[in-house]
Amino acid sequence: MQLTKHDFSASIAGRIRRDWREWLIFLAFAGPNVALFAIFTYAPMVNNLILSFNDWNMISSDKAWVGLQNYIDVFTDSQFSRIFLNTIVFTAASVTLVLALGLGGGLLLNQKLRGRNAARSILFSPHILSGAAIAIVWIYIFDPRFGLIYAVLHPLGIQSPNWLTDPNWSMPAIVIVYVWKYLGYATVIYIAGLQAIPGDLYEAARVDGAGAWMRFRHVTLPGLSPVMFFLVLTSILSSFQSFDIINIMTKGGPINSTNTLIYHLYELGFINFSIGRAGVIGMILFVLMFVVTLLQLRYLDRQVNYA
Amino acid sequence: MNALMERDAQLIAQPAPAPSIRAEAALSKILGYSAVIVAVLIIGIPVFWLVTGALKTNREIFNASPQWLPSHLMLDNFANAWNGAPFGRYYINSFITTILGAACEITMAVTTAYALVFVRFPKRDWVFVLLLLALMVPEEVVIVPNYLTIANWRLVNTYAGIVLPGASIAFGTFLLRQYFRTLPPDLIDASRVDGAGHVRAMISIVAPVAAPAVATAGLLSVVAKWNDYLWPLIVTTTSDMRTLPIGISWLLDQEGNTEWGVVMAATLFVVVPVILVFLYAQRFLVSGIAAGAVKG
Repeated sequence: MQLTKHDFSASIAGRIRRDWREWLIFLAFAGPNVALFAIFTYAPMVNNLILSFNDWNMISSDKAWVGLQNYIDVFTDSQFSRIFLNTIVFTAASVTLVLALGLGGGLLLNQKLRGRNAARSILFSPHILSGAAIAIVWIYIFDPRFGLIYAVLHPLGIQSPNWLTDPNWSMPAIVIVYVWKYLGYATVIYIAGLQAIPGDLYEAARVDGAGAWMRFRHVTLPGLSPVMFFLVLTSILSSFQSFDIINIMTKGGPINSTNTLIYHLYELGFINFSIGRAGVIGMILFVLMFVVTLLQLRYLDRQVNYA
Repeated sequence: MNALMERDAQLIAQPAPAPSIRAEAALSKILGYSAVIVAVLIIGIPVFWLVTGALKTNREIFNASPQWLPSHLMLDNFANAWNGAPFGRYYINSFITTILGAACEITMAVTTAYALVFVRFPKRDWVFVLLLLALMVPEEVVIVPNYLTIANWRLVNTYAGIVLPGASIAFGTFLLRQYFRTLPPDLIDASRVDGAGHVRAMISIVAPVAAPAVATAGLLSVVAKWNDYLWPLIVTTTSDMRTLPIGISWLLDQEGNTEWGVVMAATLFVVVPVILVFLYAQRFLVSGIAAGAVKG
C-alpha cells in the first residue's frame, strides 16, 4: 500500500518533470522562429496600421495623428487609380501569359523526347537567377539602338520601339521580362501535374473514341486543375511582389506607366519619406495578398489531406 | 455485347494503333521537338546576348549594323568591372549574408517543424496558426516598420541588419511540417524509448530521413538570400556593405548606356555562382520543387 502510493506520487512527479522537459524543448525549438516573427512580422503589421493614421516624414521627432487623412489622400491622388490599374494589368497579363504558355510548354514537353530533361532545366533556370541581374540584361536587350531586339529587327527593316522610354511600350516590356523569368517554373509544375494524371484515364478515353481535343478537355484539364489553381495563386503573389524588375528597368516610369503598388510603397516610404501614406499602400497590398494566401493555404491543406 | 465488355475485350486484345493515332503521335513528337528547340532559344538567346556582350568591345557593341559575335575573346570588361566597383567586397558581403540568412532559416525550419510534429506541448496548434499568420504577411508590406526597428537598434548598414528580419521562416516550416507528418511516429518513439533526447532524435533520425526535403528547402533559401534585392537596398547605405545585386544596380546607374560590356561582365559576377549551384543540383532541385507543388 505504502509502496504503491509512493510509486504513484513519484510517477506523477516524474510525469510533470517530463512534461516540463517537453515544453522547454518545444520552446527552445520553436521559440526563436516565433519570436522573430513577433518582432519582424506581427508587431510591424500593427505598427504599419498605426503609421497609416499618422503624418510623419521618418526624420522629424513629431508624429501627428491625422485619422483617415492618409487614406483620403491616397485614394483621391490623381495617380492612384493609374497605379492600381497598372498593378491589375501587370498581374493579369503576366499571370495569364505564364499560365497559358506554361501549359503549352508543359503539354509538349511531357512526352518521351530526347533532351527533354535538359530543356526543362534550361527553361527553369531564369527562375533562380537574380531579378536585378535579369532586369539589367533586359535593359541592354531592349535598347532601341544596339540591343538584341534591334539586332533582330534591323535586318528586317523594322524599327525597334523605345521599349523603356515610351509609356505605351514600358508595361509590355516589364511583362515580357516577368514572363521570361517565370515561364519555366510554370512549365515544370505543369509537367509534374501531368505526370500525376493516371495513364489509364487516357487509355480509357481513347478506347471510348475520344479525340485529342476531347481527351484534353475531359481528362487533362480536370486532372490539372489543382496544379493550375496553385500556379494562379503563386503567380499572383509573385507578381504583386515584383519590385526588382520595375525599380531597375523603369523606376515606375515613364510618367507612372509601370508604377505598381509595391513600387509606390517603396517610392512613398523611402524616396518621399511619406511614411503615413506608405502605410496605407502597405495595408492595401496586405489585404490583397492576404486573400490570395488564404486561398493558397486551403489548397495546400487539401492536397495534404486527400493526396 | 455491351459497351463496357467491348472495351474490356479491346483492352485485352491490344489492337495495333490505328493510322490516325500513329499520325497524331508523330505530330505531337514533331511539336514536342519544336517546343524543346523554342524553349532553348527563348532562354538561350538572351543569355547568349549577355555573355557575348561581356566579351565585346565598345565599338562592337555600339555598331549600327548589329554584330552577333565578338571578334576576339576580350576579357578587359571583366577587369574593368572588377575595378570599377568593389566587387570583392560585394562578394564577401553576399556570401556572409547568404550563409547566415540561409543557415538561420533552415535551422529554424527543421527545429520548428520537428517541435510541431514530435514534441508534446499544450496549444501547439496555436503556434502553428501563428506561423500561418506570418505566411500571410509578405515582407514587402512591412518594410517601413522593419526599417524603423532596425534603425532603432542601430543596425542599419550592418550584416545583422541585413539578415535579422529575414531569418525566420514560415513557408519552409510549413512544408517540412507536412513532410514530417508523413513519417511513421514509431520512428521517433522507438529512439525516444531507447533514451535518445529530442535533439538526438531530430539530428540522427528525422533530419537524415527528410534530407531531400531539407536540402531542397535549404537550396531555395540560399538562392533567395543571394538574389534578395529590396531589403538590402533599403538597409545598406554605404558601398562597402552592399551585396552583389545592389552593387550591380549601382554600377548600372554609373555606367549604363555607356559601358554595356562592363555592366554585362558585372552581371555575370552575380549569376555565375547561382548557375554553378544549379548545374550541380538541378535534377533534384527541379523535381523537389515540382513535387512540393503537386503533393503539397
